[in-house]
Amino acid sequence: MSKNKLNPDKWIDLYADYLYNYTISRVSDNDMAQDLVQDTFLAALKSMSNFKGEASERTWLISILKRKIIDYYRKINSNKGKAEVRMNYQDSEHEGDWLEERVADPFDKNAEDKLQNSELGDAIFECLSKLPPKQAEVFKMKTIQGYETEVICNELNITPSNLWVIIHRARTAMSGCLKENWF
Amino acid sequence: MGKFKIFIPCEEANHVCDKTQYKNATLLEKIKLNLHLLYCRACREYTKNNTKLTKTIAKSNIEFLDKSDKEKLKDNFEKALKEQLH
Repeated sequence: MSKNKLNPDKWIDLYADYLYNYTISRVSDNDMAQDLVQDTFLAALKSMSNFKGEASERTWLISILKRKIIDYYRKINSNKGKAEVRMNYQDSEHEGDWLEERVADPFDKNAEDKLQNSELGDAIFECLSKLPPKQAEVFKMKTIQGYETEVICNELNITPSNLWVIIHRARTAMSGCLKENWF
Repeated sequence: MGKFKIFIPCEEANHVCDKTQYKNATLLEKIKLNLHLLYCRACREYTKNNTKLTKTIAKSNIEFLDKSDKEKLKDNFEKALKEQLH
């Protein structure tokens, strides 16, 4: 099999949303997420010669992004935490009195939900990438970004009945694609 | 407007069903759709899958870049790309 190649011309169109979605679920700050995505693309561009062609382009970009996200957390953690006061229970009698500890392990649950959601997100991206570009665009704007019909029609220069035909085809294809694993 | 129709063909039923997913259907349309679903198995199936799709997407919390933000990103990246080549 031939090795994977890099096509930076298409990076933004192909992967910007994917990387952004990956980032926003971990950083949850819109501006910061956008900066991280941009940094990732620029870093990738600089280190193109390091790409061995063993992973797919997308996997490679995600691995750079992961490092950027870790760096980001390191940076904010080194800014705080210095004034942290450590407190302990007075004695064993009071053990378990912290409010947080009485909540039924909230962290595990969140972690699992997030994991599931990110897998589902991957599946949706995968299915979207199989649609014709125009269908994907209209579906995305209408369904995920929630734009009004008129706005999309003006933006893409189509009529409302065009829009609904496209939406119908996209929804049929998306249902079919997601059906096997996620419905 | 032609004469008032309470029975609609499948094509129209599916169209109304699509609109319902975005809360774009009128009450009358929804009534017609539900009436159609009473006797049409194929459209019931379509409606079922369509509703699931809406729920699945909502559950995924998937987010996309705003169009203007993406343009900005693209501009910046293309500048860097040009510099890299020259």
